[in-house]
Amino acid sequence: MKVRLFVRLKPSILDPQGRTLERSMAHLGIEASEVRVGKLIEFQLPSSGETARRQAHELAARLLANPIIEDYEFEFEDQA
Amino acid sequence: MITLIQFPGSNCDHDAQWALEQLGAKVNLVWHNEHELPRTNAIVLPGGFSYGDHLRAGAIAARSPVMDAVRKEAARGVPVIGICNGFQILTESGLLPGALVRNTSLHFLCQNVHLRVESINHPFGAHYKVGQELVMPIAHNEGAYFAEPETLERLQGEQQIVFRYLENPNGSQNDIAGIVNAERNVLGMMPHPERACDPLLGSTDGRGVFQSLLEVALQVSGS
Repeated sequence: MKVRLFVRLKPSILDPQGRTLERSMAHLGIEASEVRVGKLIEFQLPSSGETARRQAHELAARLLANPIIEDYEFEFEDQA
Repeated sequence: MITLIQFPGSNCDHDAQWALEQLGAKVNLVWHNEHELPRTNAIVLPGGFSYGDHLRAGAIAARSPVMDAVRKEAARGVPVIGICNGFQILTESGLLPGALVRNTSLHFLCQNVHLRVESINHPFGAHYKVGQELVMPIAHNEGAYFAEPETLERLQGEQQIVFRYLENPNGSQNDIAGIVNAERNVLGMMPHPERACDPLLGSTDGRGVFQSLLEVALQVSGS
């Protein structure tokens, strides 16, 4: 199973990187707002189906995302 | 015997060791891969860049084999201090509530800060007075304390906030610079007390943290 994990800061958390990027975008002449910077973590799991999804969620919950400050969502590509 | 844990990338370990040995402590350096801890009266997690701050500062170190042993010792009341990266590791391992996030300025801050002692109602406060102003250096990129409103309220109500910044340098919620856990045996602080332990360093305000740690450590029976 190919896994794409998107990790984002929770909306309640200030994202100073995002704010800085907004200013840089404006300097380029394009006004963007609500800029937030997240993470993409990609990996392969030897498992597939429900097992793979469960393992992916476990990795996210126990290591790849900090539930106090981050939300996450998955994209799965089952190559079974 | 004070146990000082070293992670790959810890770089404030020898400073912490020096600060403790100045006060007469015997310090035992333990590598993060150890599954068991030797007989110990107190544990120190030093500052640095464990695992290069990869993923999140302190995240990978918090999942090191040694942290299970640290958690066990903390659960039986052994005093634990986490300084800077050590504080980040403590929040990532669930030994302290909340999290440390990127400084609002996006700059790595390397400067002296003025702290206010908020609470001495814990083992690490014996050499300070409430309201006392301290000067200590900070050196961090992810030092802004964050916690959910209910957690902040509880920290406030239970006097778990130990140090506050007088001029918030990094966007920490409620100006929090250091906290203790609910059981009051685990302290996390972003400023570096080991860098404020000698007149040559410009301040001796950090000594009190280590002095009280040693006094409490003597009361703990080693395993």
